[in-house]
Amino acid sequence: MNAISKPAFDVARIRADFPILAEKIRGKDLVFLDSAASAQKPRVVIDAMVHAMEHQYANVHRGLHWMSERTTEAYEDVRDSIARLLNAPDRSNIVITANSTASFNLVAQSYGRSVLKPGQAVLISQMEHHANLVPWQMLRDASGVELRIAPITDAGELDMAAYEALLADGKVGLVSVTHMSNVLGTYTPAERIIQIAHAHGARVMLDASQSVVHRRIDVQALDVDFLAFTGHKLYGPTGIGVLYAKRELLEAMPPVNGGGDMISSVSYERSTWAQVPHKFEAGTPAILEGIGLNAAIKYVEAIGFDAIAAHEATLTEHALARLSAIEGLTIIGHPQDRGGVISFTLKGAHAHDVATLLDRQGIAVRAGHHCAEPLMHRLGLESTARASFGLYTTMAEIDALADTLDQVRVFFK
Amino acid sequence: MFEDLRDLYQQVILDRGRKPHHGRRLEVFDAEARGDNPMCGDRVQVFVRRDGEAVAEVGFEARGCAISIASADLMAEAVIGKTADEIAELTTAFTGMARTGNGGAPQLATLRPLAGVHEYPSRIKCATLPWMALKAAMAGKGNASSE
Ligand SMILES: Cc1ncc(COP(=O)(O)O)c(C=O)c1O
Repeated sequence: MNAISKPAFDVARIRADFPILAEKIRGKDLVFLDSAASAQKPRVVIDAMVHAMEHQYANVHRGLHWMSERTTEAYEDVRDSIARLLNAPDRSNIVITANSTASFNLVAQSYGRSVLKPGQAVLISQMEHHANLVPWQMLRDASGVELRIAPITDAGELDMAAYEALLADGKVGLVSVTHMSNVLGTYTPAERIIQIAHAHGARVMLDASQSVVHRRIDVQALDVDFLAFTGHKLYGPTGIGVLYAKRELLEAMPPVNGGGDMISSVSYERSTWAQVPHKFEAGTPAILEGIGLNAAIKYVEAIGFDAIAAHEATLTEHALARLSAIEGLTIIGHPQDRGGVISFTLKGAHAHDVATLLDRQGIAVRAGHHCAEPLMHRLGLESTARASFGLYTTMAEIDALADTLDQVRVFFK
Repeated sequence: MFEDLRDLYQQVILDRGRKPHHGRRLEVFDAEARGDNPMCGDRVQVFVRRDGEAVAEVGFEARGCAISIASADLMAEAVIGKTADEIAELTTAFTGMARTGNGGAPQLATLRPLAGVHEYPSRIKCATLPWMALKAAMAGKGNASSE
């Protein structure tokens, strides 16, 4: 017998790590299928934050006393963890922000207004979250940088031929696209997207808000220029996000927010900026959230992305089979490479009504436009219901969803 | 399975949500306004035809859930023959009922099936959105938002 074989993914053990999963909703077990909106938190994350508040807390980067030094160490360790998670060359490639949205705004306001010039273009896709659309519209309106939109196919994949054609005139300075759609579950072919963009002289920013939860990301292998994700979807706290960027890009970018923590020296006449990445981190950072995110990253790393990805694939396959067997149910998009985010419509029932009925059985799904209104228009829809899976999702929960949806269908028949 | 939801989805709501009686753009109208719920994408456009001081007819075009469409449909009936002041009063009474569940006032009789929304905080706006649009139309404003 092979004594060193890795233990299989044990979902029961993982569920025991998440205190909230023991909650009842109106007397029923919570079936939480809304992790793509925000994931639940394991005990280690909760404990790390509580421990800091109870035993080891002060402001960071400034105190000379014991508490401040220990807290600074605990907080700054998250930068190393993020760098390791993404295989970044160095911790200085990691800018800590408030969430993915803040990371996009930072790049749009800093890189967009200094390095990109009027006449150049930013290229996004039709399946972006508003976080990767609105900041570029604001940049376009403020600075005359053009905004281009690459179409998707009816299957819900990036139309690669159209994508390449939009790069052909060499005007695109930055491509900013999702790595995994929060509506369709599509994984985009990041490597090819980046190769093609680079061949046309464009930089690439990836929205890894969804993908980082399920797959190992290697920013160096991808050769991606910028990448954003948000802590709360990765089983960490809210209020903390990440911008990864290549060093030379961060060096060239001016800070957006001024204040404490981002300076090297300040006089009434002028100030000089701190080194990268601190020049982008004005003010007291999200200290407790950094400590929590660090615990979350270590937690998922200990489980391992091979196991996580395999679990997601098994759940997704099962869910697609069960849901597509329901009369009147349409799964939106059928991309080849997809993950555990599934949008659907049910004939005769609006998504909100579906969500309310599911909720009565303790099943939490999202309903609406999922912060991707233009994508909804592209798909000819107003809203969808969406089930999304996390580490703790079980096959039984997917069965509960499918069985209940069948009853919902009858209710609205 | 959903018996406990019958307070929210009464038969009249299911029926009107599916087949509203007034779900159409009026050919002739004196006022119109659109109501948007930016959080969920629901939208209702209300058309009002007046006869002197009173409202003669209301029609609407909506995309949304059963609650919002049924609410628009019941509203279209409830306001016929009423003046702007009476409608303002009814709007306040309806909004109060949607928030608290208290639908005792006699003028709310036909609207009472919507009282159940008060137990579903995320759905209250579905019921009130058409009323916000009507209010905007009566005031001569083009748009209303639930936010
Ligand atoms: C694909 C995608 N991008 C960006 C975001 C924005 O994340 P946040 O709201 O944490 O900034 C989300 C989350 O809603 C998302 O799913």
